[in-house]
Amino acid sequence: MHLVPGGPWDQEKQLAPQVVENLNRKYHLDKPLVIQFGSFLWNAVRGDLGVSYSYQDRGVTQILLTGLPITAGLGITAFLIAIIIGIPLGIAAALKQNSTIDYISVLFSTLFANIPGFVLGILCIILFSVTLHLLPTSGWGSIKQVIMPAVALAALPAAYIARVTRASMLEVKRQDYVRTALAKGLASRVVIIRHMLRNALIPVMTIAGPELAALVAGSFIIENLFSIPGIGRLFVQGVQARDYGLIMGIVLFYAFAVAVVNLVVDIMYAVVDPRIRYE
Amino acid sequence: MAIAAESIRPHRSLWTDAIIRLRRNRFAVAGAVIVFLITISAFLVSIFSPYGYDQQDLDAILQGPSKAHPFGTDVLGCDVLTRLLYGARTSLAVGIFAQFIVLVIGIPIGAFSASASSRVDNLIMRFVDVIYAFPDILFIILIRSVLGGSIYMMFLAIGLVAWVNVARLIRGQVLFQKQRDFVIAARAIGASENYITVKHLIPNSLGPVIVAVTFNIPRAIFAEAALSYIGIGVKPPTPSWGTMIRDGYDVIFAASHLVLFPAVAIAVLMLSFTFLGDGLRDALDPRLRR
Repeated sequence: MHLVPGGPWDQEKQLAPQVVENLNRKYHLDKPLVIQFGSFLWNAVRGDLGVSYSYQDRGVTQILLTGLPITAGLGITAFLIAIIIGIPLGIAAALKQNSTIDYISVLFSTLFANIPGFVLGILCIILFSVTLHLLPTSGWGSIKQVIMPAVALAALPAAYIARVTRASMLEVKRQDYVRTALAKGLASRVVIIRHMLRNALIPVMTIAGPELAALVAGSFIIENLFSIPGIGRLFVQGVQARDYGLIMGIVLFYAFAVAVVNLVVDIMYAVVDPRIRYE
Repeated sequence: MAIAAESIRPHRSLWTDAIIRLRRNRFAVAGAVIVFLITISAFLVSIFSPYGYDQQDLDAILQGPSKAHPFGTDVLGCDVLTRLLYGARTSLAVGIFAQFIVLVIGIPIGAFSASASSRVDNLIMRFVDVIYAFPDILFIILIRSVLGGSIYMMFLAIGLVAWVNVARLIRGQVLFQKQRDFVIAARAIGASENYITVKHLIPNSLGPVIVAVTFNIPRAIFAEAALSYIGIGVKPPTPSWGTMIRDGYDVIFAASHLVLFPAVAIAVLMLSFTFLGDGLRDALDPRLRR
């Protein structure tokens, strides 16, 4: 990162060399890189991600904490939407294979799995903000401002979830225990929920982890498109301002978040599927 | 080889079979046709377009679609269709050239990992896992902030992130192919390990790699558009769909076509490559077909 030409003190007005030197000393930028890195790691472990060079009044940890609830709120809303749309669509498609709803489901998942959320967001803005004047284009706070970014972000995981749910439901449908359950006279609703769904959702959970990571990546662009002051937007601003402190802090934070999400998914596996046991 | 030539059935290679199957797949054909058309028009735009991509007509700014300008004009009075087609050059260049870097890094590392000791193999694969689990775009932005500006660095940044797919695939393929009879036969007649890797293992793994590359192209196209959109992609005046969206977004209420056309172009190009990839996958691996 330090290889990039330019530094955090590059502004429109040229600073005096003495000033730059003092700033470098204050933030320990005059020390060798190895020492800078070592002290950064040590502080990060203690929860202090160091200073941001463009926000003089707050540390990186505080900046992250202001963005985190917004990004997390957007991400969780989008993920819930994805589940609410994806799973029922996948189930309906599998139960009535080769029906109209099945074709709609396949079309939906093919289209939205391949159109980036960012393009979808733009199309939404053109339709709902520019043409119909229904929803605001940017900002964060009211429900109206959440709808479009959350839906744009949810489309991709919803498509994947629908596709995987459909495939695994079709697989489960042919299993002997499902036939047995139906043969002994259980209501089809009970069989669907208790026998089929519980088994069919395991592959869906496998993709939930990577999907959450993809959601995070998608939120970088979506937050910028809709001017949402979350972590993704902070990161992009940090890159543009060459704010090493902020960039490093956010990257470290994301690595940590991805690791935690994967761990949670692994634990959830064992909860859903009693056959999986960790030693 | 002599024996193969004398066989009675007319020789049809895997590839001939694959092309026949590919041509039966309507979506794949449509994808291929669209990719082909966009590529050709992007190449020829400098010949048939009466406008240059940076040629301004200040008497005709922000016009809607018309006869002279089928897709309208932008804030500076440039022809949007012309800029779109020049932008397609950028998108296609990034999408395709990034894959060369992916192959140059991914194939050797995957092949090496498969034939290395289990310890080294494990080490490489855990490293691959780490890159794989991390959001692509974040990594690309990070590498980009290290490597800096030019479009070649963009190929490199995308390639440096996307090679893990191919490395993983090649490793799996090599481990699988190694157990097949013709490899064991080659080893039995005394072929060296390197010879087997280059002559048998890699060529036989090529099908899945082509499929993976086809699926990687739309991701690279998206990465380029997204980076250009947030302002750290290709630098103006090089036209890019991402930059066009960024510039058009400021005047979206006055002229939404400036944002609409590039956005749709990104979606169409990405979808076409994906359909083509789906078709190739089904064509190259008949066992997968339902």
